Amino acid sequence: MKITKTVENSWQSLVDGVQAGNIRAMARLITQVENREPGWKDAMKAIYPHTGSARILGITGSPGAGKSTLTCEIADELVKRGHQIGIIAVDPSSPFSGGALLGDRLRMKKIFTLKEVFIRSMATRGTLGGMSQAARDVARIMDAFGKDVILIETVGVGQDEIEVVKTADRVMMVCIPGQGDNIQALKAGVMEIADLYVVNKADMPGADEVMADIYAMLELSSEAGQPTPPVLKTSALKNQGIRELVATLMADSTESNRHDDKEEMRIKEEIFSLVEDEVLRFLRRRWEENGEIAEAARQMIEQKKDPYSIVAELLNQFI
Amino acid sequence: MNEGKKMRVLMAKPGLDGHERGAHVVAHGLRDAGFEVIYTGLRQTTAQIVNTAVQEDVDVVGLSILSGAHLSLSQKVIDGLKNAGAEDVMVIIGGIVPDEDIPSLKKMGVREVFTAGTPVSEIANFITRST
Repeated sequence: MKITKTVENSWQSLVDGVQAGNIRAMARLITQVENREPGWKDAMKAIYPHTGSARILGITGSPGAGKSTLTCEIADELVKRGHQIGIIAVDPSSPFSGGALLGDRLRMKKIFTLKEVFIRSMATRGTLGGMSQAARDVARIMDAFGKDVILIETVGVGQDEIEVVKTADRVMMVCIPGQGDNIQALKAGVMEIADLYVVNKADMPGADEVMADIYAMLELSSEAGQPTPPVLKTSALKNQGIRELVATLMADSTESNRHDDKEEMRIKEEIFSLVEDEVLRFLRRRWEENGEIAEAARQMIEQKKDPYSIVAELLNQFI
Repeated sequence: MNEGKKMRVLMAKPGLDGHERGAHVVAHGLRDAGFEVIYTGLRQTTAQIVNTAVQEDVDVVGLSILSGAHLSLSQKVIDGLKNAGAEDVMVIIGGIVPDEDIPSLKKMGVREVFTAGTPVSEIANFITRST
């Protein structure tokens, strides 16, 4: 493993370290970008020209579907095929303490010491929208390091988590038998973005019923003449169906048009998300410094004004 | 330190003992104290622990050891971190450790030893103070 003795914390040395294949530099750069430490955007500007070659796969599904185990098996198979793997494992932050228990690694022990694999656990940190940008940045750092397949694993519930998988080139939805709710969860948003469905734990009873449910749903939602996404069966624990799954994930897409559209949509969303972040940060600083926000709050507490008028007045100076 | 900075802690159980309860309690307690806790479960090799600590860029490695092998396991983790250029990562130990071993552990670079009965808040406070 190539690791230099010390890691300097300056942005340039970290970026250089990433390109030189220094694991500690990559880990530290990820931390500082994730923390949004001053200068992070300059670091990402330096990283960006070295990205674009990695394939990013999103893996989502309800808690307990076997996402982590499946991610581990996929990574293991990809390593056998000569790939360099980055894994971003997302778990929720506690909305109360801001802390997080990141446990995805529990199911990935067998790939911990493979030099081809770099795993990073990320907490959602409760920043709406910000998480998906942070995950995108981390994926780019891994890409620049030389990882050619990046797996982003996250529980597919809620807006934030769906935003995260949307940053992937391909999204895989993991379903399991014996969870009627699973299909309900699909309807709530992931349905439109999944490119591939996996029925995991397929050695358990009910797998065929889940397959049938998914097919029926896909039929309803797909337009005539359009190919429907593949549905595959796996048992991550018993290592069944993994090779077929990896082959499908790595197959080149024939739907280039659809992917171009998707690409454009993704880029637009990223720009909007970065703009939103900047604008909000700017306004927050300005209104807190000049006291306008405190004054507005006071007027509301005294019931002199409603929040809608306040927002209109605050924004008036810019529009 | 930046406002976005979160303390990251790796909780690991090296070696062959199968008692996870203590590690669970500490992991939950540290999460509630606002830390991001990476939990890797039972029977980790020291190489796995070192790799994880480097990849996750943790500030602290907490080893939970009840097997009696604390001296050799801690030495291996500390040596491994040093070899990986990660000697700045703080190593602390929790579990069943005889008092007479604590000086040797500290001498090899373990920053603190928390024996059975330590309140989690004490561990959290120690980490916050020392990093």
